[in-house]
Amino acid sequence: MASITIQKLVKTFGTVQAVAGIDLNMPDGEFVALLGPSGCGKTTTLRMIAGLEEPDSGNIIIGERDVTMSQPRDRDVAMVFQDYALYPHMTVSENIGYPLKVRGVSKQEITQRVADVARQLQIDHLLDRRPSQLSGGQQQRTALARAVVHRAKVFLFDEPLSNLDAKLRLEARAFLKYLQREVGVTGVYVTHDQSEAMALADRIVVMSAGKIMQVGTPLEIYQKPANQFVAAFIGSPPMNLLQIVPDEAARVLKIAEHVIPMREDFALASKARVIGVRPEHLKIHTQPIEGGLSGKVYVTQPLGGETLILVRVGEELISARVFGDEPPELPEQVWLMPDMARLHYFSEDGERIS
Amino acid sequence: MQRGMLSRPVGLLFLAPAIIFIAVFLVYPFFSIFQMSFTNTTLVGVNATNPQFVGMQNYVDLFDSDQWMRRGEMGFSLLVTIQFVIGSGLIGQAVLGLFIAVLLHNRRGFTREVVFTLAIAAWIIPDVVVAFAWFAYLAPDGTLNNLLNAIGITGPDWLFNYPLVSIILFNTWRGAAFSMLLFSSALSSIPPSQLETADVLGASNWQKFRDILLPQLTPYILTDLLLITLWTFNTFTPFLLTGGGPSYQTDVISIFTYRIGLRFFEFGKGSAAAMVVMIINLAIASIYLLVSRSRRARA
Amino acid sequence: MTTRSRKRRFTFRYVLITLLAYVIAFFFLLPLLWFIFSPFNDHATLSVSILANPSLANFGEVLDNDLAMRGLLVNSPIIGVGTMLITTLVAALAAFGLSRSRLPGRQMWTYVLILFSSVVVGTASMVPIFRLIFEIGLINTHIGVILVMVGGMLPSAIFIMQDFVDGVPRSYEEAAMVMGASPMRIFRDITFPLIRPGLMVVGIWVLINAWGAFLTPYLLLRSPELMPAAVTFYRFYDEEGSPQITLIAAYALLYTLPVLIMYLIINWRYGFRFFGGIKS
Ligand SMILES: Nc1ncnc2c1ncn2[C@@H]1O[C@H](COP(=O)(O)OP(=O)(O)O)[C@@H](O)[C@H]1O
Ligand SMILES: [Mg+2]
Repeated sequence: MASITIQKLVKTFGTVQAVAGIDLNMPDGEFVALLGPSGCGKTTTLRMIAGLEEPDSGNIIIGERDVTMSQPRDRDVAMVFQDYALYPHMTVSENIGYPLKVRGVSKQEITQRVADVARQLQIDHLLDRRPSQLSGGQQQRTALARAVVHRAKVFLFDEPLSNLDAKLRLEARAFLKYLQREVGVTGVYVTHDQSEAMALADRIVVMSAGKIMQVGTPLEIYQKPANQFVAAFIGSPPMNLLQIVPDEAARVLKIAEHVIPMREDFALASKARVIGVRPEHLKIHTQPIEGGLSGKVYVTQPLGGETLILVRVGEELISARVFGDEPPELPEQVWLMPDMARLHYFSEDGERIS
Repeated sequence: MQRGMLSRPVGLLFLAPAIIFIAVFLVYPFFSIFQMSFTNTTLVGVNATNPQFVGMQNYVDLFDSDQWMRRGEMGFSLLVTIQFVIGSGLIGQAVLGLFIAVLLHNRRGFTREVVFTLAIAAWIIPDVVVAFAWFAYLAPDGTLNNLLNAIGITGPDWLFNYPLVSIILFNTWRGAAFSMLLFSSALSSIPPSQLETADVLGASNWQKFRDILLPQLTPYILTDLLLITLWTFNTFTPFLLTGGGPSYQTDVISIFTYRIGLRFFEFGKGSAAAMVVMIINLAIASIYLLVSRSRRARA
Repeated sequence: MTTRSRKRRFTFRYVLITLLAYVIAFFFLLPLLWFIFSPFNDHATLSVSILANPSLANFGEVLDNDLAMRGLLVNSPIIGVGTMLITTLVAALAAFGLSRSRLPGRQMWTYVLILFSSVVVGTASMVPIFRLIFEIGLINTHIGVILVMVGGMLPSAIFIMQDFVDGVPRSYEEAAMVMGASPMRIFRDITFPLIRPGLMVVGIWVLINAWGAFLTPYLLLRSPELMPAAVTFYRFYDEEGSPQITLIAAYALLYTLPVLIMYLIINWRYGFRFFGGIKS
């Protein structure tokens, strides 16, 4: 195992800057998720760590060694590809054993280690099959087995669960988490699915347009989004973001024609141009209430254990979340009251104010 | 562009065997022909060992304006070749191949297998064999005339009376399989749902062909025409059937070149003819490439 | 659903297409009738007589012709298989090299080479090629013939092969790279086995061409006992140059069957097809 250090990494494809200067320090044994919308440069970053893509500039250091220019085979990394890249002409056991074979491990030892890993991943009964005879979940485990059979310094995952259906994905996620705790690897995990990142990673790196937006633990990212982008990206549904105009004299925030009185936090709030409030931090009132945002119920979506309610306030659609099995009975007109202690403030340039 | 998996030197290493073969057996002969075309090299005599530089003389001879369109000269040969290429390549092979592919598109089973297997057999049976089979087929008392007799027609001596028509038919028969295979694999890459959608809309067969299949086939048609034109232009097989005759009526350009170069052993003049053929080929390929590029640019 | 609409259309149009298909089949079949029936007729002439006097006498006489049988059973296989193996391997290596390294204008190069080969392998280049083979001392050897034919067929072989190499997902090779495999190892373990259909298609294509080639062996070989079947075919002409039709018919069949059978096997096993990349 080894630490990973990435310095000022840049990669351009033609006119597209896929990765636009990234810095990251990962201590030995940390599991980091690269999270961001499709096309933000996650895969490119991962491929540069693997050595499959040559950076335009910047450095990648694995352990003590600067590997920026070295070939993939000299980096001692293991990678799970999005499409698994299982070889159709090899059996499951040949697939799993291939990294060992390439490294010149003896036949007996290969057999032994393949058997061990297969048992650990519960695919030992499939060893003689071909990948085409496996289900999606089994293929995914085989790809995983092939990655972990050789104890590489660093493990890289490119959306390894995205080809599974929803139910299998949850199972595989839990299994990955278990494996990661057991094996304790240094890993970089690329995903566009925030719940995967939240569930698996020690730290999450949120990316957008080739840049890092925030690095932090899952809780930090959720509770203290560093900017509007992260605020809008994390959470399902994401945070409501509302334009405000602070009124210094009256110590109130104006949101369109609404007025929210502020008490303690006004020093903070006065610099803000946008406030954010998560759907679960909005309370729905059926009677007018001071400081409440009045609006019309747009749609109600019962989800089982909770209900999502979209309310049209002025021009905006604001989402609120109500927990409980029974969807609430609501009149057309409602008033939304944010939990003032859990408001997020963002400045004119979109940065968090705290 | 992704990072090349192979560094440039390693890539060249994989290419090395091919480069050597091509350099020795294609590029070297090419330059050798080029050089010879400016000399009076012959097989025997003084000029065999000590050929002299004659400048453009061989080319001037080929294009000699009085002689040019006479039988057995280059102009006449080119005229024959053009008829041969258009008749057997563009009309015969490409159209017949496309027709079969479209006709049997989405058809499975016996009929398709029979047509495909016979067409492909015609394509892969060795030259000398098909030439002889056709010789027998077109003979005055051959299969074709037997058949015509049966319906009361006295057939001509095809190879003598209609030599050009004969080799056009022959070459169509010989090569249609390539276009057929190319188009049918192109057609099979078109999702069936597109035709089904058109069915639902009530499109006629002709509309389906014109509006759905043809536009998606266009790039393949261009490639097919390019390859077929080049191949037909350079094929030597008609020689085995007619030897270029009678009286030069089937003297296509490859036979012309052969006759000058290898039969009369005027290597210099033969090389000049080969260079001219090469330039014509280049022109044909350039036209196709230009058309395909402008088509892609519009897309 | 589909069966129902099929049934509904088992009508005029269906019958018309089938009829047309058999007319075309007939067009392809007719010239072959002679080739199919005459070998078994010991009085065969140029006209076809279906199953008159069935006899294997023609074959007996052909089998007695040592040079012709040597051409068919020894020389043609050596030349055909040799050319096939070398061309296929060299083309696969080249297609891999072209596809996986950043060489400028690779599409352009293959086009230029195809163009080149379609002209240069013609009759015109036989003079310099003859001289070349003579100089390096390979005249009148099978290896000389093989090398020349490999050179002529390589561009098209690479062109066809490239489609298959391009069809191998990048991630297969990249996974092997990350696992520590060298380029040669990736080619051997991953790419080569995965392009097997391509190897087969190119292989059979080369074999058919080499099997049928007349001019190259005719010009580069001297000894009658080295000549392949395409040349020994002409042993069945008498002194005046008239064909001995019965023998030619039998020999033609024997000479053709191997490639025909080989093609049918490959087609049945792998499907003889072209890939999408062949479009412009
Ligand atoms: N090989 C490539 N050639 C050209 N552009 C590429 C290539 N790979 C990625 N890109 C571009 O770089 C950007 C980042 O891509 P990628 O790293 O794959 O994003 P992500 O994995 O976050 O979805 C995208 O705009 C993509 O189109
Ligand atoms: Mg990606």
